[in-house]
Amino acid sequence: MRLVSSMPWSARIGLLIIVLNLGGALFAPWLAPYGEAELVGDVWAEPSAQFWLGTDSLGRDMLSRILYGARTTIGIALLITVLSFALGILGGFAAAVLGRTVDMVLSRIVDTLMAIPVLIFALLILSVLGTSIPVLIGTIAVLDSTRVFRLSRAVAMNIVVQDFVEVARLRGEGLWWIMRREVLPNAVPPLVAEFGLRFCFTFLFIAALSFLGLGIQPPYADWGGMVRDNAQAINFGGIAPLFPAAAIALLTVGVNLVVDWLLSVHARPQGAQVEF
Amino acid sequence: MNTQDEILRIEKLRIEAANGNVLVDGVDLELRRGEVLGLIGESGAGKSTIGLAAMSYARPGCRISGGRVLIDGIDVRTLGAAGRRDLRGRRIAYIAQSAAAAFNPALTLYDQVCEGPLYHGLMSKEEARAWAVELFTALDLPSPRTFGERYPHQVSGGQLQRAMAAMAMSCKPDILVLDEPTTALDVTTQIEVLALLRKLIRDYRTAALYISHDLAVVAQVAQRIMVLRHGKLVEAGEAGQILERPRMDYTQRLVAERAGAGQWAEAPPRSGARPLLTLAGIRAAYGPVEVIRGVDLEVYRGETVAVVGESGSGKSTLARVIVGLLPRKAGEIRFQSELLPAALAQRSREQLRRIQLIYQLPDVALNPRQTLLEIIGRPVAFYFGRSREEVRARVLELLRLTGLPADFIERYPPQLSGGQKQRVCIARALAAEPDLVICDEVTSALDPLVAEEILRLLRRLQEELGLAYVFITHDLGTVKRIAHRTAVMLRGELVAEGPTPQVFAPPFHPYTEKLLSSVPEMRRDWLDQVLARRGGGQALMAESG
Repeated sequence: MRLVSSMPWSARIGLLIIVLNLGGALFAPWLAPYGEAELVGDVWAEPSAQFWLGTDSLGRDMLSRILYGARTTIGIALLITVLSFALGILGGFAAAVLGRTVDMVLSRIVDTLMAIPVLIFALLILSVLGTSIPVLIGTIAVLDSTRVFRLSRAVAMNIVVQDFVEVARLRGEGLWWIMRREVLPNAVPPLVAEFGLRFCFTFLFIAALSFLGLGIQPPYADWGGMVRDNAQAINFGGIAPLFPAAAIALLTVGVNLVVDWLLSVHARPQGAQVEF
Repeated sequence: MNTQDEILRIEKLRIEAANGNVLVDGVDLELRRGEVLGLIGESGAGKSTIGLAAMSYARPGCRISGGRVLIDGIDVRTLGAAGRRDLRGRRIAYIAQSAAAAFNPALTLYDQVCEGPLYHGLMSKEEARAWAVELFTALDLPSPRTFGERYPHQVSGGQLQRAMAAMAMSCKPDILVLDEPTTALDVTTQIEVLALLRKLIRDYRTAALYISHDLAVVAQVAQRIMVLRHGKLVEAGEAGQILERPRMDYTQRLVAERAGAGQWAEAPPRSGARPLLTLAGIRAAYGPVEVIRGVDLEVYRGETVAVVGESGSGKSTLARVIVGLLPRKAGEIRFQSELLPAALAQRSREQLRRIQLIYQLPDVALNPRQTLLEIIGRPVAFYFGRSREEVRARVLELLRLTGLPADFIERYPPQLSGGQKQRVCIARALAAEPDLVICDEVTSALDPLVAEEILRLLRRLQEELGLAYVFITHDLGTVKRIAHRTAVMLRGELVAEGPTPQVFAPPFHPYTEKLLSSVPEMRRDWLDQVLARRGGGQALMAESG
């Protein structure tokens, strides 16, 4: 709790948003007034006491859909981010620790992957392999891990030249120990900050893919897909697509507020206050 | 002296860290035009903090919380940011310890030396350049007309330090703050820079605060000396009085430590005829540049062999070749009778265990995110496969052996002082139960009194455990005290080798003599004498001052 009280108000708001979203996702079956795919009313009904956020293009309850959507969207985004970090960190650290040849090979593979625009690459793979959730997760995780690779390699490069890593090498330690016990603890701050940012990007990327019809497939609710399904409502003066869009925006802002705070904490030396 | 002459006055200065620690407490100081005041003390004594405070600057995390700083009668602390900026560089300038870190690597030396006068609008660009050339000439820099066109990485460390002096003098300031300007240089370069700085100060009648931890160095330039400890004044007086008749206990210890550099270490009886480590015809290179050119050396059990030489002589490279970090190109290394493979990766775990290396900078040699238990305990677990409880017990034993409190076991390195960190490095090396420990400049980053304690610890451990040391250093004072035998290294070759008293007694190799005579001595006229003897340094000779 001391941690929370030391946070600036912006980070507290961010934390509140994240907690609300996670709570919504975890407890969706109990919180949601209706089922995820249940047809309960007219198409695009206005918000009312019965349907707090109105209904969607098929007459499903918008609030329930958003709560269930949080599960798929956040859950998958989190899984992708964790996976891409595991891959990227492993590769990046190995490139830094093992030296020139390994670094060269891994870096050129990553360069090649990064040369192709991510969205187009993802669309290509998903349309070839089909849009199942494991394929979706795998594809985005691999693509995302190239960015993590770059960062973790750069961070690790500065750590492996330090004498304490040389001490470990002199002792005869293997790659795994050096990566896990010598490099990783010193690379945590920038990686944590990056984790927050990457999570947001993934999350927006899934929304974009869903919007294009290659993301999470119906009848599962996901926020990006919901924006697409309800986009037509704008033509009739409806506000239905704004709710899932707002949910995306809100979570993005929330995560970024917390990340900004994490970054500022790590960027500043203990109690620094420069007097000019 | 009348007060007209006074250029800097600091009254009741108090500086606090963000966590409330008092770094400097009630220090008074006054400096007259043309006078050099030496500030002496170990790290953490607040010398640099006071030096920066003279410019009314506090490092991030520190705050000037009380007292007055008057430059030529103007209270700097009340000036406001713009007023202080106008004063800095123009009337008071700063020379930092590490010139390499103080220069912007992307700009030429001209850009950086002329920046001050241009910023303050004191000179036109041409005038600033002409003045820079004059300063480069005065500082004896090579081809002063074109020197400024170079980038910082294109000149040597000693030259860069002099270029920084030129930068500080560019606005013809009234006061110079010199923060350990020669500490990062090796002894032979230190003499040149020291002589030139002194000449500069005298020629332009600049007042200076000279900050150093080395009494002998300060004695050569300062008229008065202030001894500081824990942010408080211990003793102040004329330089001669501090050196010859120090009043306070702490000052006496400082002087005694420096003067004590004259005793020889006695050679132990050689146990067993076979050497522990034998180097034969070792050659090694970084790429095409050959750094080690045929070195032969033997180290016996229980003895200390010092390898001395100035920076760039290849002595640290030799250490890297012995441990296998840099594979040798030719020659052989035998440990007892076993031939050691050239590269680290080919050596067995047992071979690695028996030779341990201790580094110069304990700050970077310890992982800041591991507890001492993990740092010291890892070799125990790694080499001997002990259980968790056994490792813990062994770490506690090693902490005791190296004079560290047992409750440090859960601490992280950033929570320790420099001397304590070096003790941890020693404990980690001992954890492997080695036969040979290579000490690479282990005391040169430490304060004199702390270094003295570390040396004493190493010697005690040698007696108790029968370790052999290869002691790599440029500090001849250390060598005299700890080394049984000494090898003098010059450009990758050993030019002299033998029992220490013999190496340092006539007839010397000319290079040994130069090294020896470059070690500052605790006499005020030492620098003048050395310069006079060398003759060649006519240009450097101080005018009557």
